[in-house]
Amino acid sequence: MLTDDFDPLQGKMLSILDKDGKVNEALEPRIEDAKLLHAYKTMVLTRIADDKAVRLQRQGRLGAYPPSRGQEASQVGPALALEKGDWLVWAFRELGALLLRGVPLWRLYLYWMGNEEGSVLEGDVSLTPSAVPVGSQLPHAVGISYAMKYRKESNVVLCYFGDGATSEGDFHEGLNFAGTMRTPVIFLCQNNQYAISMPRKLQTAAPTLAQKACAYGFKGIQVDGNDLLALYAATEEAVARARKGEGPTLIESFTYRMGDHTTSDDATKYRLAEETAYWSARDPISRFRVYLERKNLWDEKREKEWSEEAARVVEEEVRKAETHAPPALDDAFAHTFATMPEGLREQLEFMRRDLPAKREG
Amino acid sequence: MAVMNMVQAINLALREEMERDESVVCLGEDVGVDGGVFRVTEGLFERFGKERVIDTPLAESSIVGTAIGMAMNGLRPVAEIQFLGFIYPAYQQFVSHAARMRNRTRGRLTVPMVVRAPYGAGVKALEHHSESTEAIFCHIPGLKVVVPATPLEAKGLLTASIRDPDPVIFLEPTRSYRLLKEEVPEGEYVVPLGQARKVREGKDVTIVGWGAMLPIIQKAVESLEKEGISPEVLDMRTLAPMDYSSVVSSVKRTGRCVVVHEAPRNLGLGAEISARVMEGALLSLQAPVERVTAPDITVPLPKGENYYYISPERVVNGVKRAMSF
Ligand SMILES: Cc1ncc(C[n+]2csc(CCOP(=O)(O)OP(=O)(O)O)c2C)c(N)n1
Repeated sequence: MLTDDFDPLQGKMLSILDKDGKVNEALEPRIEDAKLLHAYKTMVLTRIADDKAVRLQRQGRLGAYPPSRGQEASQVGPALALEKGDWLVWAFRELGALLLRGVPLWRLYLYWMGNEEGSVLEGDVSLTPSAVPVGSQLPHAVGISYAMKYRKESNVVLCYFGDGATSEGDFHEGLNFAGTMRTPVIFLCQNNQYAISMPRKLQTAAPTLAQKACAYGFKGIQVDGNDLLALYAATEEAVARARKGEGPTLIESFTYRMGDHTTSDDATKYRLAEETAYWSARDPISRFRVYLERKNLWDEKREKEWSEEAARVVEEEVRKAETHAPPALDDAFAHTFATMPEGLREQLEFMRRDLPAKREG
Repeated sequence: MAVMNMVQAINLALREEMERDESVVCLGEDVGVDGGVFRVTEGLFERFGKERVIDTPLAESSIVGTAIGMAMNGLRPVAEIQFLGFIYPAYQQFVSHAARMRNRTRGRLTVPMVVRAPYGAGVKALEHHSESTEAIFCHIPGLKVVVPATPLEAKGLLTASIRDPDPVIFLEPTRSYRLLKEEVPEGEYVVPLGQARKVREGKDVTIVGWGAMLPIIQKAVESLEKEGISPEVLDMRTLAPMDYSSVVSSVKRTGRCVVVHEAPRNLGLGAEISARVMEGALLSLQAPVERVTAPDITVPLPKGENYYYISPERVVNGVKRAMSF
């Protein structure tokens, strides 16, 4: 068991693909080629789409946005271990995981542009909406996984959150519930070293976040968060455990937020350039590319083709989002209750008359 | 006198109170090294050090709970909750402890703390960053709730809040943070809590508002005046305990009352103000109290915000309904 071999209380961290793309063969997970390629392409797409979102914000075409740069493996790796029917519960900085799960990029742009229609998802997506109040989604993941267990399904829940979230009561209560109920849930903490300006070491006096699992009676593991293979391997093991009815796991993905907290933030106020440089030499995408190239799955030509294709896709998705109709007044009222109460209908009628003619955002 | 915006005025009040009284400490998420996400606490960490400007872990319940403990034991904490929309994990601490500590200990233990939080819509913010939920705090006996409308007011009201013997929730309208600059004096400047401010005299109608609604009311007043209507405007500024008698005496003269708030209508403070006016000035009323409020829906995302947020036009409409009743 990886969770036994890499005990966070003994200061161990799981790493399989080092920063230069050299793989530890003894630990290398078996992943089909198609899946490896899908993961890589999604990471590249995530980066391009993410950079685009930041640029759109700067141009006033998109609202405040939390960049994912640097966390692509941390987002894509764990989600790669999911099957259809497994749920994804996320916070707000998981673009890569969402794209891997097939959420249309233009919907995500539309959401960040401030249009509720961006939250419309068709089909059976097994996905919660973003959870902006930090840590508040963890108990939901427990409840969703409880329902799976109750119906004797073999599905699992993968729940993302940040290092800052581990300070909230909801984190501790959620883990405690999951431990006592032994529900099939994987808690994936993206420790990107900061919660806005707060460095991880001021967030908790504990040396790792992974070890917090011990207090709730289940296993925790710290994983190199820029190493897609390690993230996949750790999650796959946790997923297998959960499917067998052996309860939850906490995975701490040790990564780094290369960008600002959001486009409203200025990270130079609280962190040093040297630190960012250190992490930029540990980029999750470039080391994975080396790995694929060594396996003869990737080369310069394919790289060029895919980055052009991804850039084209991103532009197309932006166009789709930007040409989407603005929300109507009724849309703001429609989903308050299943059936609109009479009083609310009257308010809607009143607002139709009371609002000035030109009013779209 | 220096000309400054509301962020700078709040910063000045904090700085001066910390200079004056060593028991004043600041705590919250990103208030120290970063200087706060809106830069309200900028420079305080450098000036007063990490013992007095405390970067806390990310946990609202513990920020408020810890502040309560500090206040019970001789400190005067000024806690920041990054946005009002994230205060709810701490609601228990407010309701079950801060509000009633004095009562439960028969006055032995008290909670002289201030909890500051930016709030309100009109800035096209992300989800949960636009709510105006002052009413759920005003409803709790034992809590004071204060909302400044201008930089000068912010300085005076925050100073009074820090010196107040009871817990104060100090709500800072995000929209007003950098909207207006005015002269703010350095040194002692206190605006007593619990008193409304008459922003302008008028004879036809009393418009009641607070915080970010005042500049919007001001715009409405400009167009109403052109039509020969003379509104009186009151800034309530302390929402709990509210200065209802100022409203009642104004309405006794004008005969009409329009309450403007950006919070939803149902059980918003407009409902209570309306009841008080009815109790105190029924025979002077020439029209029912008009409420210009948001509808009872979740604040829409930015592209739908104008369906929700109060506009000067809607205030004008409300006043005209009262005038033509
Ligand atoms: C309950 C709550 N408090 C405060 C905030 C404001 N806020 C947004 S993100 C954030 C930091 C979150 O840090 P972390 O959990 O590490 O996730 P990251 O942003 O690094 O991805 C804060 C304080 C919030 N959204 N929710």
